Amino acid sequence: MLAKRIIPCLDVRDGRVVKGVRFRNHEDVGDIVSLAARYAGEGADELVFYDISASPESRSVEPEWVKRVARAIDIPFCVAGGIRSVDDARARLFAGADKISVNSPALADPDMINRLADEFGRQCIVVGIDSREVGGEWRVHSNTGDPGKTRTETRATLDWIEEAIERGAGEIVLNCMDQDGVREGYDIKQLTAARAVCRVPLIASGGAGAMAHFSEVFRQADVDGALAASVFHKQVIGIGELKAWLAQQSIEVRP
Amino acid sequence: MTVAIIHTGCANIFSVQTALDRLGVPHILAERPAEASGADRLILPGVGSARPAMENLRAAGWDEALVAEPRPLLGICLGMQLLFEASEEGGVECLGLLPGNVMAMTAFDGGRLPHMGWNRIHFEIGQDPMLTGIEDGEHAYFVHSYAVPVTQHTVASSTHGARFSAMVRRGNVMGCQFHPERSGKTGARILNNFLEFGA
Repeated sequence: MLAKRIIPCLDVRDGRVVKGVRFRNHEDVGDIVSLAARYAGEGADELVFYDISASPESRSVEPEWVKRVARAIDIPFCVAGGIRSVDDARARLFAGADKISVNSPALADPDMINRLADEFGRQCIVVGIDSREVGGEWRVHSNTGDPGKTRTETRATLDWIEEAIERGAGEIVLNCMDQDGVREGYDIKQLTAARAVCRVPLIASGGAGAMAHFSEVFRQADVDGALAASVFHKQVIGIGELKAWLAQQSIEVRP
Repeated sequence: MTVAIIHTGCANIFSVQTALDRLGVPHILAERPAEASGADRLILPGVGSARPAMENLRAAGWDEALVAEPRPLLGICLGMQLLFEASEEGGVECLGLLPGNVMAMTAFDGGRLPHMGWNRIHFEIGQDPMLTGIEDGEHAYFVHSYAVPVTQHTVASSTHGARFSAMVRRGNVMGCQFHPERSGKTGARILNNFLEFGA
């Protein structure tokens, strides 16, 4: 049986790991490689690196730090941020990333998902979606790394999930923006709705604040993985103790 | 000892290189069989799809070279699938070093494809050099949508909907459907078992 994945997310800005609250007011939380190695050592199942300054500033993630991460850890990791071409993706994958995640550029050019999946196979193509409720329905947002440039898209989140999968997404990361950084629990309602239309792995993001939030999202929304940042960065929850506790709740995890 | 990593041109091989670095084992990249002549064992990595990978292997002469290969050979993920006779992925004939065919995994209720993440590996045989230091039920990291059913050469299996081959071996031809280079301590141990095989 496939284990539920615990995925620390490292938001990267200017080569450092940072964390904001509701996507604003970023503070420095440490060095990329040392945090990556620490999480891998503590039992994280996978890591995600989001270069949050990338899309708004029209540049891509630096393959050089991707290589440093690949050398340091022996678990899979995904790189996101400003990847807007097959060549951008190839550079990150050949630098050792296991998967690449596209968000804003895929909204601007949805056919890019097809091109990436055709070139590298859908198993390494993740589509990240930032979503919050606007006027009674969940809507996709873009360029969320910079509050001044964030846009509400016309697309409904559930429609975009279906389209992304149809085009070749191998995994969906749904970041529920209203919950991001506030540690009040995952958006179970939105994730359950997403699960119903998502036949590829679905990763929950935004809202983790306590161990119970993880068991809730696995049980109630049946997601494949749960992503979190601040609770791990600030050592509110230890990955080892979280996994031991989830195992006690009869949730399948890798010890 | 030196390991030659067979470079098919379409695989992400950096993670295999760094895993060997962590184990302190010298390695080279070999695009053609002659370039691997000084190596003691071979790894066939694999990310991507079967048809372009097989086309590149044939163009470089690996299909003929590997048939009579006396050195230990480890196929990883797609690289393991290519060891078999044929793959449903693109309907392509493979290397034929092991009997059996690669099949599409079928989506089932509650099971999603690709099969992506950490799954348990269970021993199909009592003992094998590939399993030294590994316990039944340890987790390994998988990413794939095609798989080889359990055959007489299956060393360990895993289950996602149906049971499939997670590790295979016939003589010095070995394969892992999962990525040992990304499977933490379990994966490092299995890579080490390959490096110590027959030594």
